[in-house]
Amino acid sequence: MSLDPINLAAFLGMALVTYLTRIAGLALVGRLNLTPRAQAAFDAIPPAVLIAVIAPSALATGWIETVAALVSGLAATRLPLLGVVAVGVATVVGLRALF
Amino acid sequence: MSWTDEARAGLSDIWPAALAAVPIGFLFGALAAGKGLSPLEVFAMSALVFAGGAQFAAVELWASPAPILALVFSTALINARHILMSASLAPKLSGFSRAQTFLGLYYMADENWALAEKRARTHPITPVYWFAMAIPFVCLWLLTSTTGAIIGAALGDPKRYGADFAFTALFIALVAAFWKGRVTAWTVASAGIASALAYRFAGPPWHVLAGALSGLAAAWIAAGSEAAAQPCESPAE
Repeated sequence: MSLDPINLAAFLGMALVTYLTRIAGLALVGRLNLTPRAQAAFDAIPPAVLIAVIAPSALATGWIETVAALVSGLAATRLPLLGVVAVGVATVVGLRALF
Repeated sequence: MSWTDEARAGLSDIWPAALAAVPIGFLFGALAAGKGLSPLEVFAMSALVFAGGAQFAAVELWASPAPILALVFSTALINARHILMSASLAPKLSGFSRAQTFLGLYYMADENWALAEKRARTHPITPVYWFAMAIPFVCLWLLTSTTGAIIGAALGDPKRYGADFAFTALFIALVAAFWKGRVTAWTVASAGIASALAYRFAGPPWHVLAGALSGLAAAWIAAGSEAAAQPCESPAE
C-alpha cells in the first residue's frame, strides 16, 4: 500500500484551496448589503451550482440519462431525498436493460 | 432543546444524504483505483479534500505524475461555490466557538450545508447538530471510497448498477428543497443549458463556472421582472 509523495502534494494542494473556499465566506459576512434583486441571485446560488455540476451527466450523456433526470425531477416534487435517488437509479437501470 | 435532541436531529437529517452517498463513495474509489491510486491514497484524498464533485473531476484529470496545477485549479473552480455557501451559513452558526467554526467548516459539503440551511429556517444551528451531521457523513465517505478502491475491480462496471446516476438524482432532489417558483425555474433551465454547452465545447471544469454564472444571471433578470410586475409583493413568500 503506497502513498506517492507527488500524489500527496496534489492532495494537499487540493485540500488547501478547498479549505480556503470553505472559510472565505467568514470574511464576507456583514459586508454583503444586498438589494432584493441581488438577494434573489444569492438565493439562486445553491440550485444554480447543483444543476451546473450535474448537467453534463443529465443532458450531455445520452437520452436515457436525460429521461431519467426528468423522471427524477418529477419524483422530487412528491418524494423525499432517498425516494428520488431510488426512482432515478431504477429508471436508468431499467432503460439501459431495455435499450 | 437538549444536546441529545440536537444530535438526533442532525443524524435524522443526514442519513438519507449519507445513504445516497454510499454508492457514490464506492464508485469514486473504484474509478480512482482504475487510474492507479492506491486505497491509502484514496483514503488520504477523501480525508483531506472531502469534496465529491471536485474529487470526481480530479480522478478524471489524473495522470502519472500528478498534474498538480491542473488538479488544484479544477478543484478551486468547482469548489468556488463554497465561498458563497459559507458566507450564507456562517451567520447562522449560533454558539460556535472560533475553533468549532474553523473545524466545522473544514467538512462543509453540499449536502450538510443544504440541510443546515434548511434547518436554519426554523431552528438555530448548534455545534452538536452540525457535528452530528458531519462526523457520520465524513466517516461513511472515507469507508466507502476506500472500500471502493479495494474491491473496485471485483464490482465490475458501476454503470450496471446505475450507481453513476445516483449523484445526479441526489442533486436534483436537493434542488427541489430550494424551489422558489418561477425564479428557480429560470435559474435551473439557464444553469443546465449553459453547463451542458460549456461541458461540450470547453470541457471540465468550465461547465461549473458557466452554469453557475448563467443561473445567477437568470435569477437576477427573472427577479427584476417580477419586482417590476408586482411592486407590492412581500419578499417573504
